Amino acid sequence: MDITTRNTQAPPPAPRPSAAGRKRTSHSATRPGDRIFLGLSRGAGILLLVIMAAIAVFLAYRASLAISKDHGNFLTTFEWNTNLNPPVFGIAVLAFGTVVSSVVAMVIAVPIAVAIALFLTHYAPRRVSGPIGYVIDLLAAVPSIVYGLWGALVLVPNLNGLFSWLNDYLGWTGIFSWDGGAPRSMLTVGILLAIMILPIITNVSREVFRQVPRMHEEAALALGATRWEVVRMAVLPFGRSGVVSASMLGLGRALGETMAVATVLSPDFLIHGSLLNPGGGTFAQNIASKFSEATEYGRDALIASGLVLFVITLLVNGAARMIIARRKEYSGANA
Amino acid sequence: MAKRIDVSGLTAYYGSHKAIEDISMTVEPRSVTAFIGPSGCGKSTFLRTLNRMHEVTPGGRVEGKVLLDDEDLYGAGIDPVSVRREVGMVFQRPNPFPTMSIFDNVAAGLRLNGNYRKAELNDIVEKSLRGANLWNEVKDRLNKPGSGLSGGQQQRLCIARAIAVEPKVLLMDEPCSALDPISTLAIEDLIGELKERFTIVIVTHNMQQAARVSDRTAFFNLAGVGQPGKLIEIDETERIFSNPSVQATEDYISGRFG
Repeated sequence: MDITTRNTQAPPPAPRPSAAGRKRTSHSATRPGDRIFLGLSRGAGILLLVIMAAIAVFLAYRASLAISKDHGNFLTTFEWNTNLNPPVFGIAVLAFGTVVSSVVAMVIAVPIAVAIALFLTHYAPRRVSGPIGYVIDLLAAVPSIVYGLWGALVLVPNLNGLFSWLNDYLGWTGIFSWDGGAPRSMLTVGILLAIMILPIITNVSREVFRQVPRMHEEAALALGATRWEVVRMAVLPFGRSGVVSASMLGLGRALGETMAVATVLSPDFLIHGSLLNPGGGTFAQNIASKFSEATEYGRDALIASGLVLFVITLLVNGAARMIIARRKEYSGANA
Repeated sequence: MAKRIDVSGLTAYYGSHKAIEDISMTVEPRSVTAFIGPSGCGKSTFLRTLNRMHEVTPGGRVEGKVLLDDEDLYGAGIDPVSVRREVGMVFQRPNPFPTMSIFDNVAAGLRLNGNYRKAELNDIVEKSLRGANLWNEVKDRLNKPGSGLSGGQQQRLCIARAIAVEPKVLLMDEPCSALDPISTLAIEDLIGELKERFTIVIVTHNMQQAARVSDRTAFFNLAGVGQPGKLIEIDETERIFSNPSVQATEDYISGRFG
């Protein structure tokens, strides 16, 4: 409606006469409720950025204090000796261990989680899927130290069989060779992390699969698709970006997991070619085990390693977003 | 290729609720049969029993016989999946797979059925899209997502997807109710062409549409809320719309219903 018509006609029973009279040019929200909501949501968004920036600045500042005095190469040194004079430390082993244990966890957890989610949404009868879903929700609420204790007391003592089997059949690859040491290795950590991130990936995937419109499934059925083919044609492609997001949530937890890793791993500062031989370390585990006894300088060094973990997490999330965005027009969001 | 459908004594349930009762009719090959009737009279349910989609709904079950030529679709040892490969379906709301390109949408059913060489697949996809009068509009963007098309184009894409697997029968459940008049006209023209090759059954709320596209029309009605829907009569479309033999049909068609 333009101004001329408004002037020539009697004003219609406009729902918001005050707004029309006061502001003619502005297109922004003018009702108090809208303004408050706009302020709140904008404030929340800004606060998030400020917190992120504050964390980054804090980490970067303390890290720079430590790294400037480091006599090793911070990125490539296989050592963590902050009490030496001059100090020598580097994150190579920690970065390797963090990435490897998380990748192992993802390789184990994602297929199982997707399978469970599919079972719950598309195969299981309702009276079964309800209780199972509830149990999985409970698993997500178990504190990580409990997983750690279970890992140390139950998982580790029972892994010898699996490890020697892997060594027998896959030992030739080098990745699965085992010298017979205690099974407190990267694979153990990976298995434990997989169990820990399974619930979150399952839950989010289940919600995503539940959102698949019935009409897409019927489209596949009407073409003569079996149940598995329906899943493959309609459910999995539709849920793809959601599963990626779910996996990223899980990966975030795996990358940062501290207590559980610290309880089952026998750490050292070497990169082991085999997943089965004990040793290695992760950022979070290293921080947890060294922080309480570290000097002021040692803490700065640990914070420097935390900064690297922060950057790795950001990179991983960015990569996941790119994966989702690349096939955006096929996502089903525009259907 | 097209086959005759012979239904006798068909009753369908949702759980304990009887949705349609004791329906018998014959649908001739290479003809268009329209189902009309008020909402809730069970015409869509009946349509979905013809390709065993009814039983996909939780609690859905069927009694009676549906013969496709001489084969009972509900006979022992008949796999519903293979029934649906013979009896294609187009839905009320266009439902191309949003995660697939236009090409992959049309090829979806073929890929379920077996291995085609790339060239074969190209040929069939082109033929199906031509058959659905969509080829000229999409031939330059076969690799774009099907969900980017207009509603009418999406519905023709769904028809192309359904006919690509060369079904014997094509069921259409109110295929135009979500479309504008021009797209509707395009689909109606298409139905006229497709009946040369397929047996077509169409559910519609639009009686002019039934009169325009169908050879025979079946009128369904229900005695009241909660009562099962029944087939009142089926006859030549011309006769149904000019001189039906049952009073209820005439009342419905002339708008004196209820």
